[in-house]
Amino acid sequence: MMLLGLYNYWIAIVLMMTGFYTVISRGNLIKKLIGLNIFQVSVFLLYISMGKVEDGTAPIVLTGSSQGQELRSESPSPGLSAAPIGQPKENLSAGAEPTDTNEIRPRGNPENLSVTTPSSQRYSNPLPHVLILTAIVVGVATTSVGLALIVRIKEAYGTIEDEEILQEDAQS
Amino acid sequence: MIAEHLPVLQILIPLIAAPICVLLRSRHLVFPFATLVSWMTCAVSVVLLQRIMMGESISYELGGWPSLWGIEYRLDPLSGFVLLVISAVASLVLPFGRELLLREVPTEKHYLFYSAFLLCMTGLLGITITGDFFNVFVFLEISSLSAYVLIAMGKDRRALTAAYRYLIMGTIGSTFILIGIGLVYMMTGTLNMAELTERLHRQVEVQDRIITVIESRTVLAAFAFLTVGISIKLALFPLHVWLPNAYTYAPSMVSAFLAATATKVSFYLLLRVIFTIFGVQFAFHDMSLNQVLMILGLMAVFVGSAVAVYQENVKGLLAYSSVAQIGYLVLAVSFATGNDEGSVLGLSAGIVHLFNHAMIKGSLFLTMGCVMWRVGSTDLKDMKGLAKSMPWTMAAFVIGGLNLIGVPLTSGFISKWYLILAALEKGMIPVAAAALLSSLIAVMYVWRVVEVVYSSSPADETVGSKQQEAPWSMLVPMWIMIGASLIFGTLSRFPMEVARRAAEVLLQTGS
Amino acid sequence: MDLQYVILISIGLPVLGSLCIAQLGKWPNVRDSALVITAAVLCGTISILVPTVIAGNQPEINVVPWALSGDAESGLVARIPLGFKVEPLGMLFAIVASVLWLITSIYAIGYMRGHHEKNQTRFFVFFSLAITGALGVAFARNVFTLFVFYEFLTLSTYPLVTHHGDEKARRAGRTYLGILIGTSVLLLLLGIVWTWQLAGTLEFTQGGILHTANELENKPWLVGVLLALYCFGTGKAALMPFHRWLPGAMVAPTPVSALLHAVAVVKAGVFTVLKVIIYIFGTEFLRETDASVWLMYVAGATLITASLIAMSKDNLKERLAYSTISQLSYIVLGASLANSAGVLGGGMHIAMHAVGKITLFFCAGAIMVASHKTKVSQLNGLGKVMPVTMAAFTVGAFSVIGVPPMGGAWSKWFLALGTLKAGQEPLLAALMISSLLNIAYLMPIPVRAFFLKEESPKIDADDDSDGISSVNEAPLLCVVPLCVTASGCLILFFLADAVQQFLEPIGK
Repeated sequence: MMLLGLYNYWIAIVLMMTGFYTVISRGNLIKKLIGLNIFQVSVFLLYISMGKVEDGTAPIVLTGSSQGQELRSESPSPGLSAAPIGQPKENLSAGAEPTDTNEIRPRGNPENLSVTTPSSQRYSNPLPHVLILTAIVVGVATTSVGLALIVRIKEAYGTIEDEEILQEDAQS
Repeated sequence: MIAEHLPVLQILIPLIAAPICVLLRSRHLVFPFATLVSWMTCAVSVVLLQRIMMGESISYELGGWPSLWGIEYRLDPLSGFVLLVISAVASLVLPFGRELLLREVPTEKHYLFYSAFLLCMTGLLGITITGDFFNVFVFLEISSLSAYVLIAMGKDRRALTAAYRYLIMGTIGSTFILIGIGLVYMMTGTLNMAELTERLHRQVEVQDRIITVIESRTVLAAFAFLTVGISIKLALFPLHVWLPNAYTYAPSMVSAFLAATATKVSFYLLLRVIFTIFGVQFAFHDMSLNQVLMILGLMAVFVGSAVAVYQENVKGLLAYSSVAQIGYLVLAVSFATGNDEGSVLGLSAGIVHLFNHAMIKGSLFLTMGCVMWRVGSTDLKDMKGLAKSMPWTMAAFVIGGLNLIGVPLTSGFISKWYLILAALEKGMIPVAAAALLSSLIAVMYVWRVVEVVYSSSPADETVGSKQQEAPWSMLVPMWIMIGASLIFGTLSRFPMEVARRAAEVLLQTGS
Repeated sequence: MDLQYVILISIGLPVLGSLCIAQLGKWPNVRDSALVITAAVLCGTISILVPTVIAGNQPEINVVPWALSGDAESGLVARIPLGFKVEPLGMLFAIVASVLWLITSIYAIGYMRGHHEKNQTRFFVFFSLAITGALGVAFARNVFTLFVFYEFLTLSTYPLVTHHGDEKARRAGRTYLGILIGTSVLLLLLGIVWTWQLAGTLEFTQGGILHTANELENKPWLVGVLLALYCFGTGKAALMPFHRWLPGAMVAPTPVSALLHAVAVVKAGVFTVLKVIIYIFGTEFLRETDASVWLMYVAGATLITASLIAMSKDNLKERLAYSTISQLSYIVLGASLANSAGVLGGGMHIAMHAVGKITLFFCAGAIMVASHKTKVSQLNGLGKVMPVTMAAFTVGAFSVIGVPPMGGAWSKWFLALGTLKAGQEPLLAALMISSLLNIAYLMPIPVRAFFLKEESPKIDADDDSDGISSVNEAPLLCVVPLCVTASGCLILFFLADAVQQFLEPIGK
């Protein structure tokens, strides 16, 4: 149960290691950059998957509904320790207990909720999404700088293979 | 009104100035503008440090959002000190680089260069000033990306491969840090560093067991990722491989700026993570990070110094010397295991060495900038007898070298004194002896350059014939920096007081 | 004027002088006069301090009150001033250094011109700076200040040692710097920091500062280790095995050798050892803990070994170099005996040996200028054409050997007395044997010069010295100084009483 339930982490790790391995083992500069991208994507997935709350919907407050008022008493699910929108921080100590070390359940375990209002709506945590947007932008910028460098290297060396570049340097 | 918003102005001024540089296009406008901006930034950091040292604890909420929802900027003695270092170095390097840039970077790219420089400075300042952990990552990437770009502007084509390698390794490092941030966020629900400290040490009840959050496996993993990621950025042995080539082939003023600031800021980040967020008890007693740091630090010191002896390019020599000096920084930190005098001394030694080494390495790279301007290369074989035609430059190099060796009356000596004192206070005499032994290796590589430069047979006729010293605009900033190392070597009250205060603050929080 | 400022003036004057000299390079005569004037004024300012020190006062001044510090109250980061305090031993060293510097300057001018040496301006600039180093060491009020000027001395004499700029000079310079900086950074600095950690102060105090240290109680061997750090860390004292820099430095022009051996460098070294033993450890503390016994024997071994090596050296300057190593160990021995006679003898020997050795080096230089001879074996019959020089040599040799009526006799007397008082008869024997060895390596030179006939002109292929008949006496600027110092040896014999009274306070 535990292993299967944590499949998002497994995916993240597999991608991470694939990316990392590609960076290290491939001599072609473009392939290294691709590996770096895969590596970064794995981290994005890690963040996003941790933000999802079981039965949680998109974190948009629907105006006019009673849910808006009842939000105040909702406590977030475990593993999701940031308060949802509008929740003052004092309630965190009451509700948001991080899970047991061996069982991290980002998607929420209903039994651990200490205070729930039946009609309250659960929302996924928007904060990781925001963070990842930033990180994606950073990743794009990194990739573009990397590609630009590769273009320049190709102009200067005539090749984008690591070993050949080293040879060129050794000869000159 | 300005006074209230100084913390954010510290970032805003260079940040807004960067795109303005792109708009200004003409290099005649961009240079004075960029220099002015750096001086203003320096002034802001001086005022901020003054306020901190007078006891004020500065906390600024960005955009008025309360600190747990928004991003908070926090300043304590350590961050104030590092801010000063970054902006002071930038304000000296920019006027220095005007003449030099003409010879190293094509003129049509100058406005882009200054823009990237200001962005790099913004990033570094941001890492130091922010109190939000994810914000650290953002600014880290800002500074890193602009650093990659700056390095790639070097004349030699190896600058490109050096920048690429730095990009790959640096991004892996930043991504590790990002993973660490994510895991810690997962376990505590906050990104605010002050709040993190508190929440990490909370006791939680999970399935009728009470544990502290910090003991959970997730947090252990986070700690590991953070430490490794920061070590890559810090160029701690053996993750230092990107540094030598990057510093050697970058344009000289970029080498000077990065050598003096980039690794120092990463060191600052390490201190924050270890002392402020995780706390000495966890990091050094439960995880024994201090032992790892001590071993790696010593190895960095010896390997860095030893390889430096064999370098043919003086910039490469200085780069490997930087690797060694980073080893000293890390070694100093590894002494700070508790609240006792030895720990405070060790940490102060590390912090004051951060300051001193920025001055020393900055000015040494500036001397190489002068050499590059005059000779067109920084290979040792092209520098024979150079002291005759460039007496002031080479005198500055000798003083910088004496700093590295640790001759008294230089600031390098101050760092060394306190490092040894801390080691003795902790009862680690072999470590003290090892640190001193490595200074002797420094004598070897410094003197190698001194001998060549002061020998009486110049390699080619024009080198030794007439007095062709570097222009005033280059000599003055360089001598201000190296003079500062002499002044703070004798009148060391100011840096030691700040360092001491910073160390005490660090060791009280979290422990 | 306030005596404090006289101290500052004395230390700053040679720096000022070197700046003037640097600017006056185009006019050699003006430049050289500037040097001599500086030296003379320096002697004057130093002598102003003498009466007050005799009276028992110790003028002092702090240049930088908090040289290493931050807050005075925060733990170990407290104030260590960079400052000066004059006491009898330091005063003696300063007098010796300044007087001999004056004489050496005159000699150097003559030598450098006679030998047509290049880069004379650079030479004289560092020549002046070296004296600042020596005076700084002499007047230092705490070990930190002493260390600062000790390193300054090493760095300012390096360009003098490598003056010729050829490969040999560079290699000698590397050995010089390597050993001196190596020992001072690795051992001396460690010792100083450790002392600071143990005692909380670095001030030179009568009776020492270490007897209050808690960590040293019941651990006399730790005191021995600390002493070892100091003594081996002071590479300038040329204790074996850190002595190799001294013979190597002989490639420098002879005035440099004279400066090194008599005026500044080695004297600064043994002065440091003496001062540390008297004012940091305290003679009584050392006697109680027996921590310096090993040092006596190391010094004794160096004494004898160096004398034996000296006997085997044909190169005159090398022979004198090893003689110096041996004589320095006399002073270290005196210090390690840790009783008033030993310490007194050591202090006195600083002065006696300085005057005697400088005479010998002046003569060696004069011989080189006048006849291009460098080896002992070439000196036969030289006395006929260079009588004054060789006579002065004989006087200097007698002083070094310790024969009355030369000054060296008194210092050796006190040293011998010290060994008896400390109950170290084997060391007395070592002193005696060494004196015999001194005779063996020094006396052949005057004997050859005066009593032997010149051998066939070309002794070996690379001997480019002149034949005896073509040699004249050395230039006046060389001969006069060596006569002055030779007579100094004689005069010191009669002044020994005054010196002893002067140094009395340090022995208590």
